[in-house]
Amino acid sequence: MAKKLPKVDVVIVGVGWAGGIIAAELTKQGLNCVGLERGKERKTEDYFMMHDELRYALRYDLMQNLSKETITFRGNEKLRALPMRQYGSFILGEGLGGSGVHWNGQNYRFLPYDFEIRSKTIERYGEKKIPKDMTIQDWGITYDELEPYFDKFEKMAGISGEENPLAGKRSSPYPTPPMKTTPALEKFRKAANNLKLHPYNRPSANLSEPYTNPDGVARAACQYCAYCERFGCEYGAKADPVVTVIPVAKKTGKFEIRTHSNVRRVLKSGNKATGVMYVDTTTGEEIEQPADIVVLTSYVFNNVRLLLQSGIGRPYDPVTGTGVIGKNYAYQVQKGNATGFFEKEEFNTYAGAGALGMVVDDYNGDNFDHSNLNFIHGGSIAISQTGLRPISNNKVPSGTPTWGKEFKANSIKYANRVLSIGGQGASMPFKHHYLDLDPTYKDEFGDPLIRITYDFEEQDRQLAKYLSERCVEIMKEMGADHIDTLDELGPYDITTYQSTHNTGGIIMGADPATSAVNNYLQMWDADNIFVVGATAFAHNSGYNPTGTVGALAYRAAEGILSYKQKGGMLA
Amino acid sequence: MAENSKQQEKNESLSRRKFLKNSGIAVGGLAVGGALGSLLPLKDKTNRDNLEVKNPRVAENYTQALMYFTREQFKMVEVATERIFPADDNGPGAKDLGVAYFIDHQLSGDWGFNAREYMQPPFFKGEKVQGYQGRLRRREIFDIGLRELQNHSLTKYKKNFVDLTEDEQIDILTDFAEDKVKLTTISPSGFFNMLRSSTLEGAYSDPLYSGNRNMDGWKMRNYPGSQMAYTEVIDKEFTVIPPKSLKDHLGS
Repeated sequence: MAKKLPKVDVVIVGVGWAGGIIAAELTKQGLNCVGLERGKERKTEDYFMMHDELRYALRYDLMQNLSKETITFRGNEKLRALPMRQYGSFILGEGLGGSGVHWNGQNYRFLPYDFEIRSKTIERYGEKKIPKDMTIQDWGITYDELEPYFDKFEKMAGISGEENPLAGKRSSPYPTPPMKTTPALEKFRKAANNLKLHPYNRPSANLSEPYTNPDGVARAACQYCAYCERFGCEYGAKADPVVTVIPVAKKTGKFEIRTHSNVRRVLKSGNKATGVMYVDTTTGEEIEQPADIVVLTSYVFNNVRLLLQSGIGRPYDPVTGTGVIGKNYAYQVQKGNATGFFEKEEFNTYAGAGALGMVVDDYNGDNFDHSNLNFIHGGSIAISQTGLRPISNNKVPSGTPTWGKEFKANSIKYANRVLSIGGQGASMPFKHHYLDLDPTYKDEFGDPLIRITYDFEEQDRQLAKYLSERCVEIMKEMGADHIDTLDELGPYDITTYQSTHNTGGIIMGADPATSAVNNYLQMWDADNIFVVGATAFAHNSGYNPTGTVGALAYRAAEGILSYKQKGGMLA
Repeated sequence: MAENSKQQEKNESLSRRKFLKNSGIAVGGLAVGGALGSLLPLKDKTNRDNLEVKNPRVAENYTQALMYFTREQFKMVEVATERIFPADDNGPGAKDLGVAYFIDHQLSGDWGFNAREYMQPPFFKGEKVQGYQGRLRRREIFDIGLRELQNHSLTKYKKNFVDLTEDEQIDILTDFAEDKVKLTTISPSGFFNMLRSSTLEGAYSDPLYSGNRNMDGWKMRNYPGSQMAYTEVIDKEFTVIPPKSLKDHLGS
């Protein structure tokens, strides 16, 4: 029999960006919140020995321990899904701050086109442009409605940037100026300008200068130390939940964080949640935490898994296309890129910052004409200077063997002579791409793992090829002596890192028949459950997702406060 | 030598001041930046000078002993990784970088046991895109792989792997890399790829892990190792910076 604790206003499952933002906003208004975090406590002081590529980048020290829980994957419904036994395609966060601790800080707003993708695609190209099984739909919110929340997230995080001429309108400029640029980035800018494109400095959560946010949180400037992705920031210069929203929530005295607390079930009575059941992983004890409102902020896979194994919401059926929980899983098309080798120049590519880069959006969203193209949407194209660490970066021109004398000589020769341009392609949902519970494999408690059924489609292959060609054009203009690029996208492969931008599964929308949550991320089928995160994305855009997750979290917080007062469905 | 180290300390204290100025650490704040104070190099000039006088010879490296491999396995790994990453005009190869010690030490810990990976049954053969689905752990794969490397050498050249000529050793490794050896328990190319990737890890990880001896792996490619800040060079032309390791961050 589980131990039952006194009821609280709100229980938050997972304390990363989404959970931290919700906690800060609700506790500021006097609500009592408990945050349940399955991982451990984290603080800036922990990152003392952070410049360790082996430990953090290759042994995944900050990531979820897969021996306890992982996902299973198959390319299509005819295959047997098998567990992701080792990391590859994406890396899952764990611990206070979640993936927000080890993100790169590349902070974008999705395009106005994204939120009304179906309407706008039909408007410009007709309904025939959308392939039969592609299940794109409007998000039930517009860019203009979401703009104030983007603004709020950017001011909280202190995003450094400059106006992107091809993006949605902004109500105010970036809170801090763009980061420094580098000779490599300037080369890209010049080439892009020559090609009549519209380059801009990537919006960055690695502060360009010291900044104090509206909550009174002051942070130091980025030192360009080159250890962002997969690492925590020892300066607090990279906005992460632990140095921004979590201390704000804690200061109210209304936020209790319980680490090592792994939630296994959302408890319900009728069509309302009554709380959650979790395990204190240090003792093994099962504990019941009753609450008026349950907020799920535990990343895409766990949000979906919790609802499915708690029997909440209508599970998605890929045969009929009905049901909503697990629907529209999407990912990203990351492999359209170009690698340039420069014989006469060396670059300080050992230095950098996670979000340091120069971007063009000329081939993103519907910023270009798709009439004669066999795909919709597009991707951002960027040169990044995140810091080339030596174990993972040994690029050699095609034709060089992968080991032995020639490999070693070339990998050293080109160590500081390689620049890459990458396309971050959008990912459209398809009827047969979805998440459900695996029938075979279990986690450490004996609960089923989440199962991904997903593969690249013709849309993705065409998009990857198109983005590669554009990357090559820019790289040529930059003057590379030798350029390597993608020949063919191939099938989706879970073994090679692409991006931790998994989306969908509990998507937002205006219609309860085709979406799981409304535009406050409140569940249509249980009005006191809010599911916050990239789970709400009806498709994935050609950008990193965090900025849009942050905006949606602020929107959801507003919804929860209003629900707490008035109750009922908010939209 | 002494002159150099004095100059270096001067630079360090200069860059410390610059760093404080640039980073804006002087600003007050809420619960952030706690590690900063301890990240700055400490003044340990006196201690260091004393050490040099009392103990002029280079300290023995007591970590160069074996935690997992037998002596024979160790020698094979030393030779095989040297073929993958050989000494040349650029600098030392895998052997002199301590790569075999690195691999030995890694196999004795979490990585060798696949401790943080999902190893629950049932085990099924999957599609290539589904990744590794075996029940064997890395240390077992190394045991089998090295035994088979030896068997293949004996079959093909009637000699132990370590006694072959360099070209013959390369030929044997190529047979593994290209799956030209028939094995039932492990994938020859899977083993080879693990050997290759751990060779690069041993060459380029922080010397803390027993490879990249003397930071020579980093020096070869002008990688500065673990630096606190690049604010002074980030927007400049290519700049060579002498490397630092995590040990340098620890201070005294």
